[in-house]
Amino acid sequence: MIKLDHVSLKYPGSKTLALNDVNFEIADGEFVFIVGASGSGKTSMLKLLLKELDPTSGKVKVADYDYSKLKRRNIPKVRRKLGVVFQNFRLLKDRTVYENVAFAQRVIETPGRYIRRQVPAMLTLVGLADKYKSYPRQLSGGEQQRVALARALVNKPEILLADEPTGNLDPKNSWEIMRLLEDVNKKGTTVVVVTHNKEIVNMMRKRVITLKKGEIISDEAKGGYIDED
Amino acid sequence: MRISSYFYSIRQGLKNIRRNLLFSLASIGTIVSCLFLFGVFYCVIVNFRTAVSDLENTVTISVFFDEGIEDSNINLIGEQIRMREEVKTVDYISADQAWERYAKERYEDDYEAAMASFAGDNPLKNSASFEITLKDLSAQSEFIRFLKGLHGVRKVSTSEITADGIVALNSVVSYASIGIIVILLLVSVFLISNTITIGITVRKEEIGIMKLIGATNFFVRAPFIVEGVVIGLIGSLLPLIIVYYMYDNIVKYIIGRYAVVSKLFAFVPIGDIFVVLIPVSAAIGIGLGLIGSIITTRKHLKV
Ligand SMILES: Nc1ncnc2c1ncn2[C@@H]1O[C@H](COP(=O)(O)OP(=O)(O)OP(=O)(O)O)[C@@H](O)[C@H]1O
Ligand SMILES: [Mg+2]
Repeated sequence: MIKLDHVSLKYPGSKTLALNDVNFEIADGEFVFIVGASGSGKTSMLKLLLKELDPTSGKVKVADYDYSKLKRRNIPKVRRKLGVVFQNFRLLKDRTVYENVAFAQRVIETPGRYIRRQVPAMLTLVGLADKYKSYPRQLSGGEQQRVALARALVNKPEILLADEPTGNLDPKNSWEIMRLLEDVNKKGTTVVVVTHNKEIVNMMRKRVITLKKGEIISDEAKGGYIDED
Repeated sequence: MRISSYFYSIRQGLKNIRRNLLFSLASIGTIVSCLFLFGVFYCVIVNFRTAVSDLENTVTISVFFDEGIEDSNINLIGEQIRMREEVKTVDYISADQAWERYAKERYEDDYEAAMASFAGDNPLKNSASFEITLKDLSAQSEFIRFLKGLHGVRKVSTSEITADGIVALNSVVSYASIGIIVILLLVSVFLISNTITIGITVRKEEIGIMKLIGATNFFVRAPFIVEGVVIGLIGSLLPLIIVYYMYDNIVKYIIGRYAVVSKLFAFVPIGDIFVVLIPVSAAIGIGLGLIGSIITTRKHLKV
């Protein structure tokens, strides 16, 4: 379960609120799109869910943890329940594709024999099996994005947070990734996808939360992409 | 943590050292010089201490009695002396023994003839004495004051200057070496800490990603701690090897070259020295690495 309760966020040194009194709840097993113009606060919201940032006011709850009461040493426990695809990927530059994905498993101390089995399987799933020895700088934007997705999914997270996971992909690849996310969702993972892809949002008929200048302007169960005037 | 995580941390730690080679070598170098000096000082001090305690045994205090003193009084004085804490040995030298000893020194081979010529008339008949050795030379002047205050004591003879000299030299050598070693230890901690700070700065982004993926602080810190400990360990092994060969060769050289030395003074066997030096050096090396890396990671990773 994810819950934002009257959450506002102001970056230090900035005059305006990046998020302004945001309220919503996402139940376990839901599939939700977050849409909105550039700068509307989508990434900021994901940062709150990951406790990379703390809200200026309001409460954030993720997977039964109230972040305002969360002890420092318990932060890793929550993060291990989350899989995250960052907007700028955040891959480790000096490690291969294989090591980048394996890294997520090492962090949560998965035994080596599972890592050796699960990482290649995951890379096959995102269509990068033949690139496992490459370094991030040798990959296209779309390929890096898929490495990031493989890393986010390899631990079978309770919740997947994906910040524009198809931003650098062609339509065919975008649809493949979306099918993959739907699959993961069917197996029980809560999926939250930030996207600018109007076609996908309109076709998939999922819940859509629309942000504008840090405020929620719409939250619809089988919503569509709302174009700004 | 799982075993595989330990191995992973160790591999990463070794990788850090290689990536950061120049600074790692500088840290290792400081620890090597620190523990090398420590080893050398230790060898010198241990030998010096043995020499001093040999000397202490030869520095004796003689107590002479008033003329015509009763034997029972001498016994009383002897008992009072034996009761003192600082006394190691007490020997009674009778007037006859004193005369025989003197004659031996004075007339050498002819001493029997010389003694015979004085037959029955001991020229040193008032020279019976107690010969005392002390456990610790620094207690000597206090002890002499005590002796002089005893009833029936005529004269106390000592070699006070020698004793004071030894005591003073002993403490100067100890304090000077402790001072130098402490300074070197601090420099080592500082350099290790610098090495690790650089490692952390270079990998700031990576550490951020690790934490967002759910790494515990311990998991993030472990490679840096491994790095510190390995640097400390290498830094402690090298000087042990160097000191071992140096000591062995220097002792052999001195004994071979100056045969007299071995008559005056026995070098402490290398085994006796290394039984202490190996664990102490390793502990200091590893300790430095641990302290340096724990302080630094605590500061930079905000645990
Ligand atoms: N580190 C920061 N410091 C100050 N202001 C920031 C920071 N990060 C984001 N902002 C501001 O917060 C607002 C929301 O940014 P955010 O990155 O959440 O937007 P977004 O919806 O993800 O946009 P995009 O679709 O372009 O990724 C923007 O006005 C941005 O300028
Ligand atoms: Mg964004």
